[in-house]
Amino acid sequence: MIKIIWNWIQRFSSPKYFYEMSGKLIPWFALPAIGLGFYGLYLGLFVAPADYQQGESYRIIYVHVPAAWMSLFIYVVMAVTSAIGLIWKIRLADMVASASAPIGASFTFLALVTGSLWGKPMWGAYWVWDARLTSELILLFLYFGYMALQASIEDQRTSDKASGLLAIVGVVIIPIIHYSVDWWSTLHQGATVAKFDKPSMDTSMLIPLLLMAFAAKFFYAALVLVRTRNEALYRDRNRRWVRELVEKI
Amino acid sequence: MNWAEFFDMGGYAFFVWSSYGITFVILFWNIIAPISRKKKILNQIKRAIKREQLT
Repeated sequence: MIKIIWNWIQRFSSPKYFYEMSGKLIPWFALPAIGLGFYGLYLGLFVAPADYQQGESYRIIYVHVPAAWMSLFIYVVMAVTSAIGLIWKIRLADMVASASAPIGASFTFLALVTGSLWGKPMWGAYWVWDARLTSELILLFLYFGYMALQASIEDQRTSDKASGLLAIVGVVIIPIIHYSVDWWSTLHQGATVAKFDKPSMDTSMLIPLLLMAFAAKFFYAALVLVRTRNEALYRDRNRRWVRELVEKI
Repeated sequence: MNWAEFFDMGGYAFFVWSSYGITFVILFWNIIAPISRKKKILNQIKRAIKREQLT
């Protein structure tokens, strides 16, 4: 039984099979991302009222919070797929991990920049060395470290092992970032959505935020497929399926 | 609400619009970069095939 499942996993996780199937999937993620994104922007910028304390500046939330959530989510994906690659030697998992890194780094960078553009008018400073901001900055360096290891080690398997271990060890930063606002005194406001109580945010503001968060998830899914396809082509560039594919073009 | 008021964002125009601007730029780069990388990889493989046929 286990053998049947194992064969099945191997078949469906072969880069060749993935490449054939994933091409058709991309529009199913890209189109909802665009649709949800524009609807979320419309509701967030035009329909939602101004905040009673922060005025119009709070509208940065619609890019800042989805970016911050994605920065954590993509790191977890990277760590889990790295672990799968290390333990079961599934090459596709390593490809997904390395395809995720630049996307995750992009969202982390956006979370930091939009956060600092929000901090200036609200706190009076672009940057403060408090727990939430510092731990998010460490996350950005973890992404950079992963990408640097991938780029600097020539042999692909060694490169995946080294960067995969970094991704797995680095996952401790995720709960630290999430709980940093509770564990240490910080300027950053606490959770308003991801908590056990009811979200402390009005529905008219919450709905566009959730739409933007879903749009970001779909956007990541489409991008990671495109990038993993590139990885499959590049890593298998000397294998027959890629050669046959290129000769057909 | 008129457009001037909308773009002014209650005096926070710089902070709000640069946040949205940089987000748009980074997301756009994330779409362009893998597409151009794919072209590069395919060209590289095509060149390799040609080289092998010559030797």
